[in-house]
Amino acid sequence: MRRPELTPIIAMLALAACAACTTGTTGTNEADVADDADVADHTGQPDRITGEIVVFAASSLTEAFTAMAESFRAEHPDAEVVFNFASSSDLVGQIDEGAPADVFAAAADEPMTRLTTAGFTATDPVVIARNTLAIIVAEGNPLGITTLADLATDDLVVIVCAIEAPCGQGAAQVLDKAGVTLTPRSYEQNAKSVVTKVTAGEADAGIVFASDVRAAANAASGVTIPAEVNVTNNYPIAVTSSARNSAGARAFIDFVLSAAGRAILTEYGLLTP
Amino acid sequence: MLALAALTVVFFALPLVGLLWRAPWSRAAQYLTDDDALQALRLSLVCSLWATLLSVLFGVPLAWLLARVQFPGRSLVRSLCTLSMVLPPVVGGVALLFALGRKGIVGQWLYRWFDYQLPFTTAAVVVAQTFVAMPFLVITVEAALRQTDDATDDAARTLGAGPWYTFRRVTLPEIRPALIAGAVLSWARALGEFGATITFAGNFPGTTQTMPLAVYLARETNPEQSIVLALLMIVISFSVLVALRDRWFTTAGRQR
Repeated sequence: MRRPELTPIIAMLALAACAACTTGTTGTNEADVADDADVADHTGQPDRITGEIVVFAASSLTEAFTAMAESFRAEHPDAEVVFNFASSSDLVGQIDEGAPADVFAAAADEPMTRLTTAGFTATDPVVIARNTLAIIVAEGNPLGITTLADLATDDLVVIVCAIEAPCGQGAAQVLDKAGVTLTPRSYEQNAKSVVTKVTAGEADAGIVFASDVRAAANAASGVTIPAEVNVTNNYPIAVTSSARNSAGARAFIDFVLSAAGRAILTEYGLLTP
Repeated sequence: MLALAALTVVFFALPLVGLLWRAPWSRAAQYLTDDDALQALRLSLVCSLWATLLSVLFGVPLAWLLARVQFPGRSLVRSLCTLSMVLPPVVGGVALLFALGRKGIVGQWLYRWFDYQLPFTTAAVVVAQTFVAMPFLVITVEAALRQTDDATDDAARTLGAGPWYTFRRVTLPEIRPALIAGAVLSWARALGEFGATITFAGNFPGTTQTMPLAVYLARETNPEQSIVLALLMIVISFSVLVALRDRWFTTAGRQR
């Protein structure tokens, strides 16, 4: 769990390090120059993508984006995609505090809007995927849960995401639409921790994204929530205004939007536009 | 040397200054009197004090065993019992689930025989906090027991004192400063516990939502409130550390 509070400390330590040794900072610059020379050598490919591309992505994108990075690397062998997966609003906080992100992908429109309004995005957000909610239960659904209404009993240990997390907001909306009142035993910090507790057998059911159920397919089962009460949330992506590798950031977003990228997103239980 | 020391002080002070700098002072009172915040604070204090009590109750015998009793595999046992200090707390929480959860090694029997599920209860918070906090007491007290000579214990015994009497009247006074220091360290660690708690005990207001959890979750939607709550935690820990530090230093200086 990275926290933005670390950033000023790291910055301070870096500052102290620079003050202590006057020649220390030139190393990275030389590496950059070497990279540029490399690009010039490589004729016919002026937009060759190199270096680290730091992607801050919602935790529900973990599996899809990890697979995405592998395919991306096959196309751009000199680039390396580095991820920071956390809850979307958490990531907004980190970027807001100056964390070095090139790309930001959120699990809902709201966190992205917050970032855009604050002037932290360099490109207009594009929706790369959509997700719906589903009920996650123990593998094989031993308790025979079929509807949201089945969850409204004290005999079951039901957990949801905290209202602060997108999956928690979604769950609240879905339950409201379905007219179901739950007494969850815990408001988990994100969808992944709901999944962990259900797969560990600690909770009987939880409400998470369909993609989370897909990712846990070998340890849990999913129960579909009907479309008329379900909610769909967008996954917007954008280049951040503080991007150090904007060329790389754009290339990564292009790849996510390509046919190959869309196929990966679909494979991991996300709907593509 | 002095410059480095000063730099270190700055290193520790700066994040605090950062918090103070960002704190929304005009609305602080409103955030602090918020019912949820007070509930989380009360739960934090109750749970961390229980965790400290359990740490002392079980940690002192363990420290004594590690310091005074020769047995094969002692260093292995010591490493095992202080592992949770270096373990990422979330991993500790997951491990506790696998041990004491409804499907855990021991937990499944609790559930089958007594229909008892530890996770999602306040007791689970205390267990998680004790798990990560007790090693601080154990290593502090063990070090003290090693430094004090067990010849005085032997002397007491030969003069006819029973083992419990010897421990209470000879050993305990000798290690008292270390015991207080260890207990305070454990308490501070328990108060700040986040990862193991949220993983093992979950997060429900009034039952398992301690201050660090409230701070973390508020940070996502209400950063201002989270800063105020964080500062409140710092004030509490800081005052206890300052108050008790003075005391144990004076007792350590003038050992009777």
